[in-house]
Amino acid sequence: MTEILTPELDERFRAAAAAAGLLDVAYDVFDDTAMGPLLVGVTDRGVCRISFDPEPERELELLARAYGARVLRSSRPIDRVHRELDEYLVGKRRAFDLDLDLRGQPEFYLRVLGELARVDYGETTTYGELAARAGNPKAARAVGTVMNRNPIPIVLPCHRVVGANGSLTGYGGGLHRKELLLRLEGAIL
Amino acid sequence: MVVAVPPFETFYESHKAEVFRFLTGKIGHDRAEDAFQETFLRALRAYPKLEHGEHLRAWVLTIANRIVIDGARRQRPHGELPELASEDGRPAFEDLAPLTDDLPPKERAAVVLRYGYDLGYDEIGAALGSTESAARQAASAGVRRIRREKQ
Repeated sequence: MTEILTPELDERFRAAAAAAGLLDVAYDVFDDTAMGPLLVGVTDRGVCRISFDPEPERELELLARAYGARVLRSSRPIDRVHRELDEYLVGKRRAFDLDLDLRGQPEFYLRVLGELARVDYGETTTYGELAARAGNPKAARAVGTVMNRNPIPIVLPCHRVVGANGSLTGYGGGLHRKELLLRLEGAIL
Repeated sequence: MVVAVPPFETFYESHKAEVFRFLTGKIGHDRAEDAFQETFLRALRAYPKLEHGEHLRAWVLTIANRIVIDGARRQRPHGELPELASEDGRPAFEDLAPLTDDLPPKERAAVVLRYGYDLGYDEIGAALGSTESAARQAASAGVRRIRREKQ
């Protein structure tokens, strides 16, 4: 059956497309992480998306709308993110060394996410504290919205933001994942 | 209704098998491998210029066919270039024969010029001695007819 497109040829095209710089977003899905399947997207500027959505079709539409229609699964551009996530999820990495692409985020979101990025491994903060650090102490609720829409969870550690009374409150990827990440980091027992 | 251009992944997954079959049927498995990659790289380059997501199948097959023809030209030694049926300098419509054989002449010309040669509708209108909007209509009628006949 020589008419069948082999996986090798398929992968060769995907690698060539990325190497030629023709992709708006390269993405891949990591199937068996401790967090369940993860979809990771990168542009030429850096990581633009991490999603817990196991059904990527909707995610691809969103990526296409935000960054351009040339969205293609291609593993090579994701290699480094993959490695760092793997290391983090087995407890061998405490900080990520990755460029991020936050293009299109409103200014307030950028400020909040910038402050969020400074919350260290194994520590937690509250929505109100984060709001204050972003220059608007009354904006705890708005900060909650920013966390909920965090385009790059795990790397931008919104799991480290909890309620004023210490409750986990909520997580875009589901509370069980937030708990898992905080446990991994030793922030909760 | 105008259909938005889908993410390239969706487009590629929908058509890769057929494009590869088309290419192996034309030029054999070995040469089809390079032509396959070239087809979709060319499609990627042109993708941002697409205005809608209609007729993508016809579009990518004409790209594939174009690459087959270019490859055949390159392979032939000089002096043996295939005779293009070009009474007036326009490209040979035979190039897109497998897809456009059965179309009325005007639709066929519009489809070949648009999808095979990437001309704008204004240029096609001029080439056919008619107008831009007539060229647009002829191309889209041709593509619809191809689709109907393939089904």
